[in-house]
Amino acid sequence: MGGASQSTIDLKLKVWRQKDAATGGRFEDYDATGISTDASFLEMLDVVNQRLIKGGEDPIAFDHDCREGICGSCSMVINGNPHGPERSTATCQLHMRKFNDGDTIVVEPFRANAFPVIKDLSVDRTSFDEIIAVGGYVSVNTGNAPDANALPVPKVDADQAFNAAACIGCGACVAACANGSAMLFVGAKVGHLALLPQGRSEHNERVLAMMDKMQELGFGNCSNTGACAVACPKDISFENIVRMNREYAKASIKKRT
Amino acid sequence: MNYLKSSIGRKQLMGLTGLIWSGFVLSHMLGNLLIFAGSDAYNKYSYALTSNPLLYLAEAGLVVTLLAHVFYGLKLKFENVEARQTRYAMPTNGEKAARFQSKWMAFHGSLILVFIIYHLITFKYGPGVEAGYVTTVDGVQMRDLHRLIVDVFQSPAYVFGYVLCMIGVGFHLSHGFYSAFASLGFYHPKYSDWLSKLGYVYAVVVAAGFISQPLYVYLFAEAR
Ligand code: FES
Repeated sequence: MGGASQSTIDLKLKVWRQKDAATGGRFEDYDATGISTDASFLEMLDVVNQRLIKGGEDPIAFDHDCREGICGSCSMVINGNPHGPERSTATCQLHMRKFNDGDTIVVEPFRANAFPVIKDLSVDRTSFDEIIAVGGYVSVNTGNAPDANALPVPKVDADQAFNAAACIGCGACVAACANGSAMLFVGAKVGHLALLPQGRSEHNERVLAMMDKMQELGFGNCSNTGACAVACPKDISFENIVRMNREYAKASIKKRT
Repeated sequence: MNYLKSSIGRKQLMGLTGLIWSGFVLSHMLGNLLIFAGSDAYNKYSYALTSNPLLYLAEAGLVVTLLAHVFYGLKLKFENVEARQTRYAMPTNGEKAARFQSKWMAFHGSLILVFIIYHLITFKYGPGVEAGYVTTVDGVQMRDLHRLIVDVFQSPAYVFGYVLCMIGVGFHLSHGFYSAFASLGFYHPKYSDWLSKLGYVYAVVVAAGFISQPLYVYLFAEAR
C-alpha cells in the first residue's frame, strides 16, 4: 500500500466514561499524542487504550468488529455527529487525517432510550434484533435453491432494494434523530424486502409488525427532519421512510383482523 | 395496533390536518391583502364570508382539524422527548446537521396556537356592530372590520407581536409543508426536491403576505 504519509498529530480527547448502565457517567480528558494520520478513528482509540492499560487504567470500551464498514458494530458520536463528520463513513473507516493537529475531539455513545449504555461508548442495540425478529426476513421453504433468473426484478426496483439492503444496522439513524426514532432502519429493512418479489407476499404483515415493535420498544416518532439519512454511513435514502409511511397506511387499511 | 395509535398513523394525521391548515392560511392571507384595495372591498369580503351559512361548516372543520393537530402534535412531542432524554455535548454540525426549523415544530406550533386564540379574541369575537364598528357599503349595513384592524394595528407592540408570530408561521410551514407530503407517502426522486423548495416558497409567501397587512396599516393608514 503506497502513500503512507508518516505524519502524526496530537489530539485532546473528551471521552464519555460510564461504568455500567446503572451508574451515571461523565467526560474524561485524554491526550492522544503521536497519532498517525493514516490510522482510523478506532485505531487511534486502540493506541489510547494501550497506554491506559500500560498505566494500569481501565481502557475505553467501544464496539467494533469488521473495521471495514460492513458489520455496523462501531457506534459512537464524534464531535456531535454519529460516526464523525464525514458522510458515508463508519467510525472504523474514518481516518485521522480528517482531523487537525491540536484538535479537541468529543466522543460520546449513541444516545436514545432504546439504546441504553452498557459501558463507556458501548450501547445495547438488542432492540434492533427484536425488530428484525418480528418480520425482517423472508419465509423460505426448504428444497433446492430456485433458479436465480426465475423471478425477474426490474432494474429500478433492484436499485432501490439495494440501497435499502445496504443498511448495516449500526443505529446511527437513531443516534442522529432528535426523537430517537428508528424509522430509517425499519424503513430500510421493510423496503429492501418489499421491493423484491421474494419479500412482497409477506409485506403487509411485516410492515405492521416491525413498526409496531419499534414503537413498543420506546423509539420515538419520525418528524421528517432527515437527520438520519445524512448521518447514515451507508447513504440509506430518506425515501425508505416515505415509502414505509405509504405502505403502512395501505397495510392498515387492508388488514383483516 | 390501532392506526390512530400507531406512530405512522399519527404522523399522517398531523400531515393531513397540517395540509388543510396550510390551505386555509393561504386563503386567509389572500383575503387580508384586500386591505390594499380599501376599506369597502375589505368589509364587503368579510361580510360575504360571515353571512354565508357554509362558514359554520368550514369553521367546524378548521376547529376539529386544529384540535387534532395540536393534540397529536403534543402527544408525539412528549413521546419524542421521552425517547431521547440525553442530549449530546455537541450538536450535530457540518454536513450532517438537521434543518433548524424541523427541530422546533412544537415550539413555533405552540406560539401559533397562542396567536390563534388571541387573534380570535381580538378580531372574530372583538368589538362589532353593537360597539360602533359599523359601516354601510352598497346600501348594506355591516361590521366595519377595516376600522377595527386600523385601530388595533396602531399599537407598535401588537404589530411587533403579530409579525413575530407570522415569522413563526413561516418557519412552521417551511418544514411542515414538505413534511406533510413525506408523511403521507409522497416521494419521488424527480419531484421531491422541487416540492421541498415549493414548501419554502409557500412559507415565505404566506408569512410575507400576512406581515404586509399590519405593517401597511401601521405605517400608512390613519385611524379614523
Ligand atoms: S467495525 Fe464494522 S462497521 Fe465499523
